[in-house]
Amino acid sequence: MEVSVTVNGQVRTADVEPRTLLAHFLRDDLGLTGTNIGCDTSSCGACTVLVDGRSAKSCTMLAVQADGADVTTIEGLAGEDGLHPMQQAFHECHALQCGYCTPGMVMAAVSLVDEYSDLDADGVREGLEGNLCRCTGYQNIVKAVLAASE
Amino acid sequence: MIPAAVGYVRADSAEAAVAALGEHGDEAKLLAGGQSLIPLMRLRLARPSVLVDMGRAEDLRGISVDGDTVSIGALTSHSALEHSVELAAACPLLAHVASQVGDPAVRHRGTLGGSLAHADPASDLPAAVLALGGTLVATGPGGSREIAASDFFTGFLESALASDEVLTTVHLPVSTGGWAYQKFNRRAQDWAIVGVAVAEGGAGVSLVNMGSTPLRAAAVEAAVAGGAGASDAAAVAADGTEPPTDNNADGAYREHLVRVLTERALVAAGA
Ligand SMILES: Cc1cc2nc3c(=O)[nH]c(=O)nc-3n(C[C@H](O)[C@H](O)[C@H](O)COP(=O)(O)OP(=O)(O)OC[C@H]3O[C@@H](n4cnc5c(N)ncnc54)[C@H](O)[C@@H]3O)c2cc1C
Ligand code: FES
Ligand code: FES
Repeated sequence: MEVSVTVNGQVRTADVEPRTLLAHFLRDDLGLTGTNIGCDTSSCGACTVLVDGRSAKSCTMLAVQADGADVTTIEGLAGEDGLHPMQQAFHECHALQCGYCTPGMVMAAVSLVDEYSDLDADGVREGLEGNLCRCTGYQNIVKAVLAASE
Repeated sequence: MIPAAVGYVRADSAEAAVAALGEHGDEAKLLAGGQSLIPLMRLRLARPSVLVDMGRAEDLRGISVDGDTVSIGALTSHSALEHSVELAAACPLLAHVASQVGDPAVRHRGTLGGSLAHADPASDLPAAVLALGGTLVATGPGGSREIAASDFFTGFLESALASDEVLTTVHLPVSTGGWAYQKFNRRAQDWAIVGVAVAEGGAGVSLVNMGSTPLRAAAVEAAVAGGAGASDAAAVAADGTEPPTDNNADGAYREHLVRVLTERALVAAGA
């Protein structure tokens, strides 16, 4: 099946099997390996990307479902003048250690801040419940998201 | 894991979805948000021959209130329910329950119709629709029929829908009386170990994960109607249930939990 997806502002067309997960389309067909895959059960959030501006687990979506959609991955977040404010906040607050969860965490956080106003620490923790981090203990991730949401 | 090879057709309206199901037979499956079906396909617990992708059927999306009835298109996402100003006014229980499903990414893609059709006794939205006394509209090759929510859930992951029917609309009575939802779980983004939904100050009470289907707690409803207080009404919450035993809890613990949660929910709903 031919799919045409706008990825990070560029229209990308490819011939995929219907069973191809969006995560594999991004990584294997487009070479965008910033989107990580961390589990088989839709639970870790490492694969989170934005689909039409809202977070989605790219391992729980087929590439054919994204046909015609606008997808943003971690590679598409930084602008002309440097890091996205959420990336900058993660950097400044030391919100990553091994970094495996980070692309998904940042994408989920960008969507969260856009979707919910007046987030406090509890709201951030709840809003990121679909993203697991084995290293940081979350403290600095929450700090970073709050900093970026101001 | 990667799902097994599967065929794929797009059906961008309810009518197209019904036609595609008719054409591709019993092994075809509707794909809505994919938040239950794709995980099952990845584990190869589901191996449909053809996916009928109704994800772009705009005629099945949306919330409207007409008089004392709320009508919701089957493809309306959990996230749209959660943020709807109309729903918060007309049926706050459903809007709140939608906000308790999974995590934001799941709520962006998962749909009300998918959650009901999946008929998981551990899911949140089916219990809310039961407590509210909803009516589901199913459309097949011969036209549409209405199914009361109380007749819809027929077994574990089984509903009254025929294999060539599409769930198109959910009707709910406007419900602004005392309501509450108690969801007990221990892991982030997880399903309820036990949950209790209360509508209209206890006139509608339903239970999550207390049997092979979402259950209406008829004994509790009768006790409330008979004037019992929250504590006495909650004492019969486990009556007639056969709760499962799994990694999270055994049946006896679930029976205890459901009494505690029912009392909390009834108190919060002002019963
Ligand atoms: C990580 C994670 C956490 C979750 N946590 C929760 C939770 O806490 N509580 C909870 O309740 N749910 C939870 N879910 C499930 C989620 O709510 C699903 O969105 C929902 O169960 C299915 O909706 P869907 O639109 O994604 O359906 P799909 O996955 O597309 O379909 C599910 C089934 O319904 C059928 N179907 C779909 N739409 C229709 C229709 N209109 N007519 C007839 N048949 C149809 C499909 O053929 C399929 O068999 C979770 C899911 C994930 C991945
Ligand atoms: S890879 Fe774990 S949720 Fe997608
Ligand atoms: S930084 Fe290692 S998993 Fe989050």
